Amino acid sequence: MSTVLILADFVGEKASKSTVEIATAGAVIGEVTALVLAPVGKGAARAATLVHGPIAKAIVVESDDFDKHGVPATADALAQVITKMQPAAVLVVSHAFGKEVAGRVAMKVQSGIITDAVAIAADCTTTQLVFGGSTTVHSKISHGVSIITVRPNTVTADFVTCSPAIETLPLSIAEKSKLATITSSQPPVKGGRPELTEANIVVSGGRGTNGDFTAVENFADSLGAAVGASRAATDAGWYPHSHQVGQTGKTVSPTLYVACGISGAIQHRAGMQTSKTIVVINKDPEAPLFELADFGVVGDLFAVLPPATEGVKARKP
Amino acid sequence: MKIAVCIKQVPDSWAEKKMVGGLLDRANVDAVLNDLDEYAIEEALRIAEAHGGNEEGGANTVTVISMGPERATEAIRKALSMGANDAILISDATLAGADAVLTSQVLASVITKENFDIVICGTESTDARMSVVPAMISEKLDWAQLTFASKVEVDPSTQKVSITRVTEAGVEEIFAVFPVVISVVEKINEPRYPSFKGIMAAKKKTIDIRNCASTGVQVAAAWSTVIDSAPRPPRAAGVVITDDGGAGQKLVDFLIEKKLI
Ligand SMILES: Cc1cc2nc3c(=O)[nH]c(=O)nc-3n(C[C@H](O)[C@H](O)[C@H](O)COP(=O)(O)OP(=O)(O)OC[C@H]3O[C@@H](n4cnc5c(N)ncnc54)[C@H](O)[C@@H]3O)c2cc1C
Ligand SMILES: Nc1ncnc2c1ncn2[C@@H]1O[C@H](COP(=O)(O)O)[C@@H](O)[C@H]1O
Repeated sequence: MSTVLILADFVGEKASKSTVEIATAGAVIGEVTALVLAPVGKGAARAATLVHGPIAKAIVVESDDFDKHGVPATADALAQVITKMQPAAVLVVSHAFGKEVAGRVAMKVQSGIITDAVAIAADCTTTQLVFGGSTTVHSKISHGVSIITVRPNTVTADFVTCSPAIETLPLSIAEKSKLATITSSQPPVKGGRPELTEANIVVSGGRGTNGDFTAVENFADSLGAAVGASRAATDAGWYPHSHQVGQTGKTVSPTLYVACGISGAIQHRAGMQTSKTIVVINKDPEAPLFELADFGVVGDLFAVLPPATEGVKARKP
Repeated sequence: MKIAVCIKQVPDSWAEKKMVGGLLDRANVDAVLNDLDEYAIEEALRIAEAHGGNEEGGANTVTVISMGPERATEAIRKALSMGANDAILISDATLAGADAVLTSQVLASVITKENFDIVICGTESTDARMSVVPAMISEKLDWAQLTFASKVEVDPSTQKVSITRVTEAGVEEIFAVFPVVISVVEKINEPRYPSFKGIMAAKKKTIDIRNCASTGVQVAAAWSTVIDSAPRPPRAAGVVITDDGGAGQKLVDFLIEKKLI
């Protein structure tokens, strides 16, 4: 049976939902081995959080270079493991970090690379949604190992319990992967809400909130949703940049996306138009985002959201 | 300092895009300078201006590098009219349909030949949307990678470059010394509009058009192949209602009907 190597993704010290998703996607191709990279002394604890998903084995590599040198050091370790293991495919989460790692690895091991896959078949054929989700493309890597990044929230994660066999692998990171040094690093400020790219429901606010996100947050909380924002809102400092949805923010494809006071600029659409159901609330009936709406309300978000919030809460037992 | 900026000409974001034979049909859509690359040009100019400028014979030069069809000279002219000094365009029929690996190899080989200190890219091209080329160039060159920068500080005397990296994983401070590959996010600056003087001056600037053979990169078949592509069915038209005081409840009813709550 062929093997598939996944680069385990951690949020804080815990394996993320995206890790379960890439494991699920990988299990279709072969037996999944997860590569766990961690600072010295933290590998076992991180590997122990691989409890869900079809993961057969975990390889733990410990080095302080990962936190100190970021993408290049990570790519160096991943490439070394690929050369040793010769897997059929390598799956990485499609976020900024994951894509850069995959890109460097493709260059190192001289393989093709496919980014932002939303599905992968047993023969490594991938499905991508391009041009803002208007076109479906099937592609395949025709040279080397299949290096594929998988967009979060598109593969339905199989949460089977697992207890992978753990192997510790000593590796040293090449000097040329240590040319840039990270001197400080701050994780995004976390509230009690779900992570934007992992959430099933996202409620976003734009310039129409006029800086007051209370109604948007209350509605999000009634739904257990993550909160997103347009660039107009993040630029104005009304909401943290890490919540920006769009071309230069995050790409989300939740089951439900609710846009409140957002006009629908092409750059915003680029980050949300593959959402399964889209709800738009906007005062202006001409707002372009209505083109994408499954359910649109022409109205004031401050008038529409509070009764909707009460209505959702009333449904809860 | 010798600074290079990698720019790409892309189809206009609003244009309807089609695939023809596994490739984006670039011929029949309006083409523009990738908007994120404008921030890269602006940052290069600001770095040059902060350390003695890039006037002729001055302390710094800003060179634009692009790989693409001859038509990409339009995007290059825009970069030149913003204030870049000169440009190199790698244009060759064999490069049509190049994937990220080949693109990065070609760009890296051009960069190697010119002794640059700093290469600046955008973080993403609006057509490919891969966000991998800057990292791949840095890998190929064995230069330091300073990507997703929302702030760049350069000290030419120590050759030290410090950036603030902003991604979904948070904020990092990173430094390295020349030579470095930087990519910039759109928060970094506000790109200038070309002035009339800049537009006139750009007409006299040289665009050095080279073929692929000059780069020494062997073009093999692309390493990732499109099997097929199809337009997705358009989203079914939705319902749009006007709020008469009851829209909040109607929204809840819709969510119930769709089994979303
Ligand atoms: C290189 C580049 C990258 C970009 N990247 C992104 C990105 O990643 N994400 C992104 O979002 N944008 C991005 N943008 C910006 C984008 O072009 C738009 O400017 C932005 O999305 C607009 O945000 P908005 O819809 O909130 O504001 P506006 O376009 O001003 O729209 C506000 C809307 O709110 C409505 N409204 C006002 N008051 C109310 C009310 N009380 N109730 C209901 N509706 C109300 C108005 O009718 C209007 O339609 C980018 C731009 C560039 C050039
Ligand atoms: N053909 C090209 N010519 C020059 N620069 C490019 C080209 N393709 C990509 N780039 C650079 O790489 C960045 C990221 O592109 P991408 O990885 O395709 O999303 C762009 O913003 C450009 O700076």
